[in-house]
Amino acid sequence: MDRDRTTRALQLRGFLVLATIMLNGCGGLQSAINPAGPQANHISKLWWLMFYVSAAVFVLVMIFLFLAIAAGRRHAALADNAPELMPSSESERKKHNLVVSATVLTTVILFIFLLESFLVGRGLTAELAHKQGVVIEVTGHQWWWEVRYLNVDAGSIFTTANEIHIPVGVPVTFSLKASDVVHSFWVPNLTGKKDLIPGKLSTIWLQADRAGLYRGQCAEYCGYQHAHMALWVFAEPPEQFNSWLQTQIQSAVQPANDLQKHGQQVFLSSACVMCHAINGTPAGSNIGPNLTHLGSRNTIAAATMENTRDHLRQWVTDSQQIKPGNRMPPNNLSPDDLRALLDYLQSLK
Amino acid sequence: MLDLKLRLYLILVLLVCAPLPLASCKREQRQFEPPPPNPNPVITMSQLRPGAQAPEALIKNPAEDSAYAVSEGKRLYTSYNCSGCHFNGGGGIGPALMDEKWIYGSEPANVYATIVEGRPNGMPSFRHKISDNQVWEIAAYVRSLSGQLPKDVSPGRNDDMNVHKSEQASEEKKPQASGLPKSAEQP
Repeated sequence: MDRDRTTRALQLRGFLVLATIMLNGCGGLQSAINPAGPQANHISKLWWLMFYVSAAVFVLVMIFLFLAIAAGRRHAALADNAPELMPSSESERKKHNLVVSATVLTTVILFIFLLESFLVGRGLTAELAHKQGVVIEVTGHQWWWEVRYLNVDAGSIFTTANEIHIPVGVPVTFSLKASDVVHSFWVPNLTGKKDLIPGKLSTIWLQADRAGLYRGQCAEYCGYQHAHMALWVFAEPPEQFNSWLQTQIQSAVQPANDLQKHGQQVFLSSACVMCHAINGTPAGSNIGPNLTHLGSRNTIAAATMENTRDHLRQWVTDSQQIKPGNRMPPNNLSPDDLRALLDYLQSLK
Repeated sequence: MLDLKLRLYLILVLLVCAPLPLASCKREQRQFEPPPPNPNPVITMSQLRPGAQAPEALIKNPAEDSAYAVSEGKRLYTSYNCSGCHFNGGGGIGPALMDEKWIYGSEPANVYATIVEGRPNGMPSFRHKISDNQVWEIAAYVRSLSGQLPKDVSPGRNDDMNVHKSEQASEEKKPQASGLPKSAEQP
């Protein structure tokens, strides 16, 4: 008896834990049913419509199933198990009507879904032509996101990676490209998926109505580290966004002390310079992420790790341990060089 | 119904043959953790040396057995802008890499040395700029340009000129020499 109660309490607790985890999904930073913009709103409405209708259909089907079982049992109890060879035309007509009405209802429901998803699809793209606020070019690489803020003034175009800042309440247009294989841009709290296809420019627009932090993820399998190809969208009030924009346009800060100067020399004279760019220094390659303002980012390696000194050290020395197959080779640096390099990289605010 | 002995024999044969296809996995095996770099790699700049010619110890390029490593070499070849001078193997500013003429030798170690040390008249040194295993990958790809790698390892579908036949190529027809002077061939 007592043991029974304990197991039941444990079961209840397990259920509660599971329910909390699932509810977390509803309010999460990466959730299509926690919309933060007009497009995501459209999509989540469609989702809820489908959810409620499907739930109602499920309950109806279950009710009819149990009714049928109950009727069958009653019938078996009454008769002497003999099958009904000649059902009365009355009961036959009733069953026929039931099947026809259920088929009609199903067809109507499917057409409502069709119409609604068509309208949602139109709602997502229809206004694209008029919406030009901030234009951001996102290029998918194996396995990170290159982010370029385009501007009419060529001097204020800049490149960053894996973290996208957008102003709240302003439509943002994304030009999507891919450098190697097909990727897919998906920030569920803001809008639906859009594929990034090599050799083709796709466009999508979105708007954030609430300030906040939203997680995005590559949604098209793109190779070994597809699961570690994430991004963060920072939706900020316009003033905060503009001040961020102003710092990003600047070239990298000059090294402040001898150690950082040495670190810059290490960067420029080792393998780093073959792939990475730091604006304002001779490093200008665009194969890997642009590191001009690395210190101002919150994560590294496509939102795989927090941007801390220790993580940066692990990444620089042997990134293959963390994200096997990624394009960064291991770097064999002396402890002094490594310390100076990390100091310099962290100073790039 | 097969008798028991025959059935056992068949099972035995199957068991012995089962691991055989595993051998083909090696070609695509991906090694993301390269072995620790050799602290003192033997790099010869020239085969000229005083005294009698000593037989060269051939260094095997570990990347030449892996299709993945060679395709990585191909990616790095464009990423690191080798194509800036050598183009897609046809040469231009730098010498061609898809013919059989090798100024500094065609062994893997020679290609490695050329990349790491640089050569006179334009080839820069990439020492410390390209990690050791990446140099081997590029060297493997460069040798594949002139068809020196086994066919199952070298990249099969190139977007540009290819010195060896592509996978889909049909049998090539060579003009037959008839033994007559050209002018006499006309009807």
